Amino acid sequence: MTLWLAIGAVAALSFTCKAFGPALFGGRTLPPRAQSVIALTGPALLAGFIVVDVLGSRWSAVDLTVIAGLAVVPLLLWRRAPLPVALVAAVAVTALLRV
Amino acid sequence: MTVRIGVMDRLRPAKVAVSPRASFLSGLKTGSGLAAASFLLAVSFGAISTSQGWGHLAPVICSMAVFSGSAQFALLATLGSGGGIAGAVTSAALINSRFIPMGIAVAGDLRGGRFRRALEGQAVVDGSWAAAHLGGGRFDRYLLFGATAIQWPAWVAGTALGVAMSPDPDLLHRLGLDVLTPALFVALLFDEVRRERINRLPALLGAVLAAGLIVFLPAGPALVGAALAALVALFRAPASPPAGPESAEEANRAEAAGQADKAVQPVHSDEEVAR
Repeated sequence: MTLWLAIGAVAALSFTCKAFGPALFGGRTLPPRAQSVIALTGPALLAGFIVVDVLGSRWSAVDLTVIAGLAVVPLLLWRRAPLPVALVAAVAVTALLRV
Repeated sequence: MTVRIGVMDRLRPAKVAVSPRASFLSGLKTGSGLAAASFLLAVSFGAISTSQGWGHLAPVICSMAVFSGSAQFALLATLGSGGGIAGAVTSAALINSRFIPMGIAVAGDLRGGRFRRALEGQAVVDGSWAAAHLGGGRFDRYLLFGATAIQWPAWVAGTALGVAMSPDPDLLHRLGLDVLTPALFVALLFDEVRRERINRLPALLGAVLAAGLIVFLPAGPALVGAALAALVALFRAPASPPAGPESAEEANRAEAAGQADKAVQPVHSDEEVAR
């Protein structure tokens, strides 16, 4: 029962977090300065996703095999490799380093 | 080797949609990679939650209703470590607090009244949100829907498979598949900073903030803190800048101009204060 309550509560809170911005901020045009801040949340949060995923809570998840695999991605994309190739290469590098 | 930004910009396929249908299909395509990563992550969620006594139904229902990998793993970990219901719900909710700034960013590109927009906003998940970002704070609504439409079934199906098969979570780790999700984000970020140089400083600051905050905060608030890196925009010219390259130094010099423009701003700047 505790489990179902927890799942229900998390689902409801998740819905609310996702609904908050669209419900409150969608109907009007934001001032230009707010818009220019919003424009930069993309790269800021993306970098945050990566760092949080790689480091983990209190940097407990730091894993050099993951970092090596990730480093391959921008390198290959920069050399104009297609995205799937870059992703497969990242997984392969990480897996090989773990053997 | 010299790389000219202009050349790279030209090589980048145009993300701007021609029609809602094309846009949705492009979302499905972009989302398929994200869906593959979600699927694998969901298999481990299903397997771990079943091994912790969640039974067969609860993990699948949880994936259908919550649909957020990091929040679900937080719930799993906190309940598993005897954190109690309040602790578990709090940690999962904190993880999802990042959807608040993400939702505010996407709000202007959703359609309909408050309720409809709130429902449309449910399509926001990390990967889709990032993929649908056209640059300059604009989002492709149908691409967002498409990218999420393919990830949700993958997430639920992966959970069900994990529950049914209970594979050793260690296997996914050995195969290096845990690198898939961050690798996709690296690719999306690479795309963002290559497209517009103005994105480099917030990306760097966001990374530094996240790395510092994750030491003593849960992932959600650390990400909200990382989003604050976008405030560097306030030190630039206020008008949405053209795609032209603009370095931080130039931006700092433009700050004076920004201050001058502030006087001409619309009066209702409560949104800024609310941030």
